[in-house]
Amino acid sequence: MNKKLFLTGWLLFMFCLVSAQEYFPVNDGVKTINTNYTFFKNATLHPSPGETIKDGSLLIKDGKIVSVGKSVKAPKNAVVIDLQDKHIYPSFVEMYSTFGVEVPKRQGGGRSPQYEPTRDGYYWNDHIRAETNALNDFKYDNKAAEDLLKAGFGVVSSHKADGLARGNGILVALNSDGNTAERLIDTRSAQFFSFDKCNLSQQSYPGSIMGATALIRQVFVDADWYAKGNVDTRDLSLEALNANMDLPQIFVGNGLYDDLRIASLSKETGVPFTIVGGGDEYKRIDEVKATQASYIIPVNFQDAYDVEDPYQADYVSLSQMLEWNQEPTNPAKLQDAGLKFAITTNDLKSPDELFPMLRKAFKYGLKEETALKALTTIPAELLGKSDVLGALKQGAWANLLITSGNIFDEESIVYENWVQGSQNIIKDASVIDIDGSYTLNVSGKSYEMTISKSTEKPSVTVKNGDTKLGSKIGYTDGWLNVMFTGIDSDTKEYTRIITQVSATTPWSGKAILPDGKETSFTATKKADSETEEKKNENDDKEETSPVVIPLTYPNVAYGYDKKPEAKTILFKNATVWTNEEAGILEETDVLVKNGKIAKVGKDLSAGGAMTVDATGKHLTSGIIDEHSHIAAFSINESGQNSSAEVRMKDAVNPDDIDIYRDLAGGVTTIQLLHGSANPIGGQSAVMKLKWGSSIEEMVLDEAKFIKFALGENVKQSNWGSYSRFPQTRMGVQQMFTDYFQRAREYQNRKNSGKPFRKDYEMETLSEILNAERFITSHSYVQSEINMLMKVADSFDFRINTFTHILEGYKVADKMAEHGVAGSTFSDWWAYKYEVNDAIPYNAAIMWSQGVLTGINSDDAEMSRRLNQEAAKTMKYGGVPEEEAWKFVTLNPAKMLHIENRTGSIKEGKDADLVLWSTYPMSVSAVAEKTLVEGVVYFDIEKDKELKQEIAEKKNKLTTMMLGAKNKGLKTQPAKKDEKQRLDCDTLETLN
Amino acid sequence: MKTIKKLYILLLFAAFSLHAQQTPAPKQSGDITLTGGIAHIGNGEVIQNSLIFITDGKIIGVYDATMTKRPLKGEIIKIDGQHVYPGFIAPDTTLGLVEISAVRATEDQDEIGEYNPHIEAIIAYNAESKVVESMRPNGVLIAQSVPQGGTISGESSVVQLDAWNWEDAAVKRGDGIHLNWPNSFRRGRWWLGEDAGYSPNKDYASDITDLKDFIVQSRAYESGDSSIKNLPFAAMQDVLDGTQNLYIHVDSEKEILDVLKFKKEMNLEKVVLVGAYRAYKVADQIAKADVPVILARVHSLPEAEDDDYDISFKMVKTLVDAGVTVALGNSGEYWQSRNIPFYAGQTTAHGLSFEDALQLITKNAATILGVGDKLGTLEAGKDATLFISTGNALEMMGNNITHAFINGRSISLESHQTELWKRYMEKYERTE
Repeated sequence: MNKKLFLTGWLLFMFCLVSAQEYFPVNDGVKTINTNYTFFKNATLHPSPGETIKDGSLLIKDGKIVSVGKSVKAPKNAVVIDLQDKHIYPSFVEMYSTFGVEVPKRQGGGRSPQYEPTRDGYYWNDHIRAETNALNDFKYDNKAAEDLLKAGFGVVSSHKADGLARGNGILVALNSDGNTAERLIDTRSAQFFSFDKCNLSQQSYPGSIMGATALIRQVFVDADWYAKGNVDTRDLSLEALNANMDLPQIFVGNGLYDDLRIASLSKETGVPFTIVGGGDEYKRIDEVKATQASYIIPVNFQDAYDVEDPYQADYVSLSQMLEWNQEPTNPAKLQDAGLKFAITTNDLKSPDELFPMLRKAFKYGLKEETALKALTTIPAELLGKSDVLGALKQGAWANLLITSGNIFDEESIVYENWVQGSQNIIKDASVIDIDGSYTLNVSGKSYEMTISKSTEKPSVTVKNGDTKLGSKIGYTDGWLNVMFTGIDSDTKEYTRIITQVSATTPWSGKAILPDGKETSFTATKKADSETEEKKNENDDKEETSPVVIPLTYPNVAYGYDKKPEAKTILFKNATVWTNEEAGILEETDVLVKNGKIAKVGKDLSAGGAMTVDATGKHLTSGIIDEHSHIAAFSINESGQNSSAEVRMKDAVNPDDIDIYRDLAGGVTTIQLLHGSANPIGGQSAVMKLKWGSSIEEMVLDEAKFIKFALGENVKQSNWGSYSRFPQTRMGVQQMFTDYFQRAREYQNRKNSGKPFRKDYEMETLSEILNAERFITSHSYVQSEINMLMKVADSFDFRINTFTHILEGYKVADKMAEHGVAGSTFSDWWAYKYEVNDAIPYNAAIMWSQGVLTGINSDDAEMSRRLNQEAAKTMKYGGVPEEEAWKFVTLNPAKMLHIENRTGSIKEGKDADLVLWSTYPMSVSAVAEKTLVEGVVYFDIEKDKELKQEIAEKKNKLTTMMLGAKNKGLKTQPAKKDEKQRLDCDTLETLN
Repeated sequence: MKTIKKLYILLLFAAFSLHAQQTPAPKQSGDITLTGGIAHIGNGEVIQNSLIFITDGKIIGVYDATMTKRPLKGEIIKIDGQHVYPGFIAPDTTLGLVEISAVRATEDQDEIGEYNPHIEAIIAYNAESKVVESMRPNGVLIAQSVPQGGTISGESSVVQLDAWNWEDAAVKRGDGIHLNWPNSFRRGRWWLGEDAGYSPNKDYASDITDLKDFIVQSRAYESGDSSIKNLPFAAMQDVLDGTQNLYIHVDSEKEILDVLKFKKEMNLEKVVLVGAYRAYKVADQIAKADVPVILARVHSLPEAEDDDYDISFKMVKTLVDAGVTVALGNSGEYWQSRNIPFYAGQTTAHGLSFEDALQLITKNAATILGVGDKLGTLEAGKDATLFISTGNALEMMGNNITHAFINGRSISLESHQTELWKRYMEKYERTE
């Protein structure tokens, strides 16, 4: 057989390719230079995706492709390889890898957070390590290379996966026979970024996703400022970052919302990042499509959950189950969206999972051609290496795969992966498949010998009649040896046979009997019926066309099949709480049209409107929670005492189930506030709770607020940290004074027309000074409340709102004079020292002194029943009902400067409305319908349907998962996704 | 009328004695008659125009004023159209054990150790806590003060909330022992290198075995050498002989069923489920086992993303309908416990009537805590621990308490908080 021939011939040739550079002296023999060609003929060539050449030839020399095509002629000094019936593909390109570059171990930190950098001569933040050159840590990893070669890769772009700015990667050919001089295709492949901090430093900033985003934003403006020669000192990080700007820029994310965040960073910085996605882009493919970015995506589809035990299965949420069910559609969705993407194996347990995962993706609509592109031409293009990688073409590296057929076919075998013209045998085409049953005759006795998996991990059974004997097999280099016991398998009496095998039987060879006597044996193959059966079994395991549960808006429990739309609705005969001069109107109609309140009056005609009989029910404007921490991935950027540059919008989680729960409690708008871990917090995201919409659709960009904080949290009293200024209320005051003074100076410089370094923190503080952005300050005791107002006075601006403000009642007169609002808890106290004098009469007292007063939650549970919390102000201090109701509606709207569009029932305002079953401040009241801008986002009747749907979907998915387990597919143990409830004090750690 | 004036003066006086706790009220000195009030008995009944006689700290009669011609006795408090309720009972709190949760020095609720049945909450109970006095203006007059932590946290007590010291406060010292049932699904112990999310607890079965062993050992101890005392085993004896409650804090479905089995196997007579988040799923089994339930705070978020948004509000009715004796708990919280009337109120949006809801924090709670003979309803023979509200006390806007009595003692309704309110309102009323 020619198969065998070409192997043995080629192993020798290999040696000649491994040669030293021409100018290297030789002392161990004569200088050898090999000028021979290698010529592959009669192959089916796949030079690039979608292109096939039958009976083609390929000529290579010195590791590169010389020519490709149908009419290529072999030079005389060519070694010819006949690839009749075989195919040649370009080897794959892995563009996102840490191959051979170890990630440093995390350093053990001290007890107190570290605020300062550990290095000098570099950027002020240790996590910006643009000067990292992956080459410095690179060590060719033979084992990893072998795995990648087996999976079809010829080249990897590796980098040091450590830090926000990770420096440049390198491009390495998986030429295990070569040396670094040969393998290193490029010492600079791409510049890498991520949102994860580096392990080498404990510097606390950034400690949140919004902090990491803000830092990247600042780094790019600083790099630009540096590049323009405005900095007198050296900054090796920024220098490197600037120098690397000629490379492809790869930003490593960790899922859908990182994708969107990175895309918006691209917009702001003008840097076209290639995004390493998370594999969940399918969830909001339209938004991903709109980014028009290039992606690198994983195909690490998870195993089904083990749901056999129904009690354990209960912990698995619908969204977890859906992920299992839907994520194999991800590559197809990206393909159908027309996005350019490469596929990475970086997140697979082992690269050898690539083909099974891809075959799964094919069943879900991924086209083979797209997959091939994603593994060859696209990564080559994204790395700027299309001329030498990813295709079989003249001048490209001779990186090629030799296969038995279509590379993605389950039946196909990848025989060889040539890299830089160097051969790697994946599966020896010369190994004869000897699976089957044989009749074995040894010294007059007859046995039945069955061999399986001979080409991978051979195993054998030997039977004497019906008795199974103990046996062992060895099968290498064309030699088969089998050892087996006598009938009593415990006795240590072994018969051994050995022979060279050929594709046809009978074989004969030497046998050594238990007594040591040598004799001969014969083995004759039986008919192949058994193996056929096995194959059929395998076919049964194949999944039939997959069932994918349709996506919902959002794609979690209680999501809607279709994105809900604004309707024309007429509420008839409601008790309407207008929050306007008209007060509470009995038996009144409200018409909602085009998202607005179109008309309020008696006996309105429905026209084409959907009519809701609201007789006996109460219609109010939607509740506005001035202080919320739901719908966020992170709350505190506590890495510095000021984080004015961070934006909560960068941390919004629009899929948070608490949004739906808030809607079910009549809440239509929230202010997603930064936490209170530092005196100057971050910029708020004021959001309309449009369940199922995008972050952009929910956030009101025009409402510009920022969180400040005072007291125990900012001086870090309740957790052992003693190193950050300020540690006292005295220090807090000075810190504010300092920052505002610097902001004023910054602004003066900016207005002077002289060049200035753009500083996002100072920009934000300037907005405050200019009354373009407004402060909501976390506050407890009267001294600090008074202090902040005085600081503001001294800089000629006004504090907008004090939140918590539990001792507001002690300085209500001063607050009224300053014109600051108070948004407080109804009755919280006693949880820390500074709330010792917190009283539930606070709201009533502040209100009585003319302070614009509100009741907020700071708590996902309370947020959904703020109607009751408002009622508490009637109990504690006797606030009249209409005023009490305004505490959770109109007044917070005023605090957030959105009272022109929401907060009351007035013609022309947004139709943010709640229909209550009864008197809205009663414990018996439930929200029956909650509308945001005319769209019904919560409906108590629809909710029942959704619950039913959730149960049905879970049941369906459970059945599918049980089916998967039953088929023998791998499963993962049930687990519960841990949702961290966030409040003001939550301190997150970001790696 | 005279008395009301007197009371008012007393209250005013109290308002100026800032920064001291309210002084416990003196023993009832003469008969008191409440006339004209709407009496919410606590067992589901209401008397629209009631006549309530209080003598020597006890209720000696509750009548429909339109049906009786009994002579009024002693001090007469006319409360026409106002509401009378039995004092609300707050089970599963840490009242008196914690003053400021962020200040460690003020915390006394959690002793170290795994099996602590001998630890008694009452010992640390601070009768003069500012938090305790803040309960009363909302009608919460009785509470269960519960130790936390470990597998067996210790022994709780039932206290009245107007006392000089812990002995004075104890209505029932040692009403039961608290056990935290292991979870079959638990958060990964990341410090042992496990994944931090929730996953199946491989030790669950052995955790239960350990518990059983503790019970078996405690039983055996009873008939052993009593000259060498084992404090934990000794502390279990009342639970074992069925005179004391064993409160088992447990949430999940499987675990609840395991508790029911444990009760049977270990032959435990008085077991109470506490928390019991998934009890609604196995309500019939719980009812059949005749095990009462003290639920977690009604104002809680659903545990799982897929759960009904209102599950914590409506599970109560499911259990009540199945015939389970249900009380509302406070999930071991302290200052929030004054909101227990509103937790009860919340259930009225989900199928219960106000009178049904009331029972959850009066009669049922008293019965479960083992003080049903003295407390929980407005009935002759019970302690005169009750209050008067101008409106529906389960509604925020109706809960406005004018008088409250504990054992017939007319207690102060002032607190640190009301005093500050008055002080600052006075500041703003000054026109200097």
